[in-house]
Amino acid sequence: RELSSESNIYIYCFNILVFVTLQQRDPMLKRDGFEDILEERRNSSDLKYALRCYAPVLYKGVTPCKANMLKNIVLQSDQLHYVINQVSQESGEAPDIIQEEASVILEEMAHRLQISTVRFFAFALSKAFKTLFQHVCVNEEGIQRLQQAIQEHPVVLLPSHRSYMDFLLMSYILYTYDLALPVIAAGMDFMGMKFVGEMLRMSGAFFIRRSFGGDKLYWAVFSEYVKTMLRNGFAPIEFFLEGTRSRTCKSLTPKLGLLNIVIEPFFKGEVFDVNLVPVSISYERILEESLYARELLGVPKPKESTSGLLKARRILSEDYGSIHVYFGQPVSVRSLAQGKVNRSTYNLFPRHIPRKPMEETQSFVNDTAYRIVRLQEDNMVLKPWVLMASLLLQNLEGLELSVLTEQTVWLRGLALSYAAFLDWPDHAPTAKVVSSSLALHRGLACVSGGRVSLVVGEPLGPVTPEEALFNRAVSVLSCASYRNQVLHVFLRPAMLAVAMLHLSDEVYNCFSFLWDMFSNDFILCPGDIVQDFEEACYLLVKTGAVQMPQQDIVMTDIGQPTLSFFNGLLEPFLQGYQVVCRYLCEEASEGLTEKQYIPAVRSFYSVLCVFTGNLRCYEVLSSDMQKNALAALLRMDAVRKVKVADQVTLIVNKMAVNSIDDILGKNRMISHINQTQISPGLSLVAVAEDLYRDGLTPSYIR
Amino acid sequence: MASNNNSSDRQRIAQQRLGRIAAHLHKHEDGNSGIIAKECKIDATGSTEENKGTVPRKRQEIMKWNGWGYSDSKFLFNKKGQAEFTGKRYRLSGMTLPSLQDWFENTFGASVKHKSPATPVLNASVVPPPRLNEAFVENLKATGIPFSNEAEDRLFRAHGHCLHEIFALREGKKFERVPDMVVWPNCHNDVVKIVELACKHNVCLIPYGGGTSVTSALECPPEETRCIVSLDTSQMNRILWLDENNLVAHVEAGIIGQDLERLLNESGYCTGHEPDSMEFSSLGGWVATRASGMKKNVYGNIEDLVIHIKAVTPRGVIEKSCQGPRTSTGPDIHHFILGSEGTLGVVTEVTMKIRPIPEYQKYGSVVFPNFEAGVACLREVAKQRCAPASIRLMDNTQFHFGHALKPQVSSIFTHFLEGLKKFYITKLKGFDPHQLVVATLLFEGDHERVLQHEKEVYDIAATFGGLAAGEDNGQRGYLLTFVIAYLRDLGMDYCVVAESFETSVPWDRVLDLCQNVKERIIRECKERGVQFQPLTSCRVTQTYDSGACIYFYFAFNYRGLADPVHTYEQVEHAAREEILANGGSLSHHHGVGKLRKEWMKDSISNVGVGMLKSVKEYVDPGNIFGNRNLL
Repeated sequence: RELSSESNIYIYCFNILVFVTLQQRDPMLKRDGFEDILEERRNSSDLKYALRCYAPVLYKGVTPCKANMLKNIVLQSDQLHYVINQVSQESGEAPDIIQEEASVILEEMAHRLQISTVRFFAFALSKAFKTLFQHVCVNEEGIQRLQQAIQEHPVVLLPSHRSYMDFLLMSYILYTYDLALPVIAAGMDFMGMKFVGEMLRMSGAFFIRRSFGGDKLYWAVFSEYVKTMLRNGFAPIEFFLEGTRSRTCKSLTPKLGLLNIVIEPFFKGEVFDVNLVPVSISYERILEESLYARELLGVPKPKESTSGLLKARRILSEDYGSIHVYFGQPVSVRSLAQGKVNRSTYNLFPRHIPRKPMEETQSFVNDTAYRIVRLQEDNMVLKPWVLMASLLLQNLEGLELSVLTEQTVWLRGLALSYAAFLDWPDHAPTAKVVSSSLALHRGLACVSGGRVSLVVGEPLGPVTPEEALFNRAVSVLSCASYRNQVLHVFLRPAMLAVAMLHLSDEVYNCFSFLWDMFSNDFILCPGDIVQDFEEACYLLVKTGAVQMPQQDIVMTDIGQPTLSFFNGLLEPFLQGYQVVCRYLCEEASEGLTEKQYIPAVRSFYSVLCVFTGNLRCYEVLSSDMQKNALAALLRMDAVRKVKVADQVTLIVNKMAVNSIDDILGKNRMISHINQTQISPGLSLVAVAEDLYRDGLTPSYIR
Repeated sequence: MASNNNSSDRQRIAQQRLGRIAAHLHKHEDGNSGIIAKECKIDATGSTEENKGTVPRKRQEIMKWNGWGYSDSKFLFNKKGQAEFTGKRYRLSGMTLPSLQDWFENTFGASVKHKSPATPVLNASVVPPPRLNEAFVENLKATGIPFSNEAEDRLFRAHGHCLHEIFALREGKKFERVPDMVVWPNCHNDVVKIVELACKHNVCLIPYGGGTSVTSALECPPEETRCIVSLDTSQMNRILWLDENNLVAHVEAGIIGQDLERLLNESGYCTGHEPDSMEFSSLGGWVATRASGMKKNVYGNIEDLVIHIKAVTPRGVIEKSCQGPRTSTGPDIHHFILGSEGTLGVVTEVTMKIRPIPEYQKYGSVVFPNFEAGVACLREVAKQRCAPASIRLMDNTQFHFGHALKPQVSSIFTHFLEGLKKFYITKLKGFDPHQLVVATLLFEGDHERVLQHEKEVYDIAATFGGLAAGEDNGQRGYLLTFVIAYLRDLGMDYCVVAESFETSVPWDRVLDLCQNVKERIIRECKERGVQFQPLTSCRVTQTYDSGACIYFYFAFNYRGLADPVHTYEQVEHAAREEILANGGSLSHHHGVGKLRKEWMKDSISNVGVGMLKSVKEYVDPGNIFGNRNLL
């Protein structure tokens, strides 16, 4: 259990460092209390509320800008003119025509915020929320901070994205607290819903196409529109860093396009600062819960349509528990960029000419995006059920209720010591907490004969093995979406635990291998590997699970439950990735296209499962995990993408994939299924050394 | 050679011109002496010939040793609490300024009850004893060039007018390093001798002109162990000849601005070079710092004005062989000297362009609804290349500041504010008094052309919502420039520290730069525990084809701060970083000195610094000119 000498140095240096950083993080972890905004709604007239006087404070007292004026500013901007002329020269079309195109794009995009529509929503949502939810809780101190921030600098609201509800909820809350209503970047798919799309537009949404890669004009109109709103501070801008709703309830790795756009005016000196406000929206039960599981399993997502929305009315009859909305501390881009980006590099190029961000800027924006998502995670409220779901998934055969209760209490203690934001009912007996959680989630778990197990949907008629597998997977994935909510709390120590239990020879190297491997699945800030390792050590030592005498990391006598729980927590991911590796090594054909990849992995697993009968890693059927695994292999150069004609083909470096599989699979159950492919003479230590020859910089497998 | 026998017409114009200069400068008592053209004789230094310059060797006889300007001129709050300006030199002299106290107290949260008076007399113990180089002194004595090693003389030349320098003088703080002696060469040849002796005895020379530096350029490097000699050029102040055919004058570089203009005016000419410091700053100083004058739109900046420069370096004398108006002879060697800030040698004589005194001069002003509109107008004026001799845009804060200087009884300032209020209510409806800004204008030329030009500019202004606001308003704007340094001394009497700094920036960044720098100052002050809202104000002082020069005022009440100067310096440093991050230059005309050295590499690239270094190394391998500015 010796650590490599390099690691020792890091440990010595960073023991101190991590202590400091964790202490720095601590004040953030002193979280605000919540107020239930539905309480007042239940006691006073919704109509009066919807019609009340609304007079928010604005950025430096600007008068709100009419939607048309905004469009004119954009259409007359130097920035847009430059691109219009450029496009005109390239295409040979007259500038007037291009200008007209720009105007059409803007028309399609722009919001038409109207207070009357907002009032309508205020009324309708009050009714709906009261039916659906027990509480909608907001941290009022966060609201006060936001109010302050709005007056000082342009504000960008960055909420987490788990549900369609998110942005209506955001606007609803801001209206409730008399704050400036945001303009919200929404995906064009909403426009499919004719009436609703227009309603959303009138409540502040602006619509952007999902992809417009090469369309210069579109990009110019879009970015100038956003920047104009930002520079003039007419309204806070709101968008989802994750880009789309997370179907797994894990935070998604951030998309950078819009963040780049809103940060650029700061670099160009057009604004003094930009405040990024992370907002964490936690749902006790997500409206789309079972939809998501099916979607992940390849049942296509229903197209957004008004009639579909109406059909969804039945959800109104269910209890969805509480929502917690936490407005985080505003993050000043100026402070973040201090010493990282030299703004004067923008001095030598006209500001109105679009330009690809410089490397320095790109990595800054990337880093910022990750930090914001981590801040979102930090303030996500976790319910007891989240802990129960984590335990149930490690016991798919079911658990005694008393055991579940006991372990939930144990896990609660662990979570709290790891600074989880746990909403555990005060003064309620644990049994009560467990039973009411089970009641709320009766669609997912049931108690029969004192045992708690997952509910598996039983379709009518005869069931094929594949159908049975599918149904089982739906329930596992639904349950996993709750377990996933706690992962960010345990992730770092859990990776360390896995590294210790299975790959104990070079703990740091193995940790960093896992860190790298999983960086598409989890939010791991680029470059933070050492810090994360230190945090993991710190936390495990803090809870007594490991000791670090001298240069070792050693499990303590009492550490076993913690480490094995952590191991079990990550097991589905390790197995899932391993299945993908197996598939690529053993089954993947020469001309495997990117499109075929997901269904192919699915059927590979189904076949494997049906034949062996005892496989438990249902989560590999999730397209999310498959994509992440592929992305990791691509990143590690174990798989390459080649474009042939208009197809993207995957070229597998079997040797490399095999070594990854090998590291993942040591001592793991799936490894005994087929050992034939493992190359002889390739020891684990050798691979690990090869992988991390340079200590911290992984030299990827070739 | 020009003298008094010019036509009476020209005399009249000259008189007019003099009057005007005096109007915004000071009343010089002896106004009719002619230009003295003379050679510097070997023994001239010892002669009893009367020196016609304003600046005596013992500067402290007429100037403050611990503040700005003449000893007899200062602002103070009298017993009635009203501000007054003492002395007889300026048009504000002897007047009371009833609104200044209110403005002062409201702006800074200061009170006339909280005084922070300066040490009244110089305590010689703050001046370290001189480290003389005996051999040098002996040799110098033999030349007959006057010198001194009295504490007062040496201290006077140990500083410029940076806040920390004046603050230290006022507090009676000990100076770590001051010049060990002061020499007063009388002509070019004297300088040659001094430089030769300095090289021979390894003595450090620091040229000293007007002493108005605001870049710590005159500060003696504390690590300098050699004898430091301050080379005061003030006695080299003659116009040596004047060539009316080619409209150039050959002038000794120690002459200060007001003397140069006065002497030329007597012959009906002017240089038109009027930096804000022209009362005290010298021709050599202008060359050494790349100075800029208020009326550069007509006359050009110093680099446009000089035709020929003669400078003494440790390698010898550098000068060109002809006075051709433009040459293509490799890189212009003048540009090694322009902006060299005393690191290469001493500028001794300069041939510069002169112009006949303009027939007519008229001030003007335009009020704009806000700063944005004003900047847009200035940009348009620059685009159409029809800028008047001077055009400046003061922000709202400065506009109010200007009004606080309204004297009690004055035909010029009478009831302006009331007038403006009426004006505002009736005609300017919609102008917010807390938003509006004013552009001040100065037109020069033929009577008719001026009027025509005026109309042109006012027409452009009108398209940006600007309204003509009278001559008085314009003139007051320029007055502020000349008394601002005196006002700083008043502030320092009441716990307020203040400074100005400048930059130049492309047009499209002007607004953002002003905005961001002000905000940065306010934020930095807050973060550093400044208890009161700072004053931040800016004006666009010069327009160019592609950009503008921006001038900032920054001041705050330092009560409650342990080390106000340090706080001030930190904030100024941050403000400069902000300027650079927003596309502004390191300096438009103040120079680099030692204050801004740290940014030179980023400003001109490593290769650029290397080029300058290699020039320094060739010209002055022994670092005789060891003020350590720039590099």
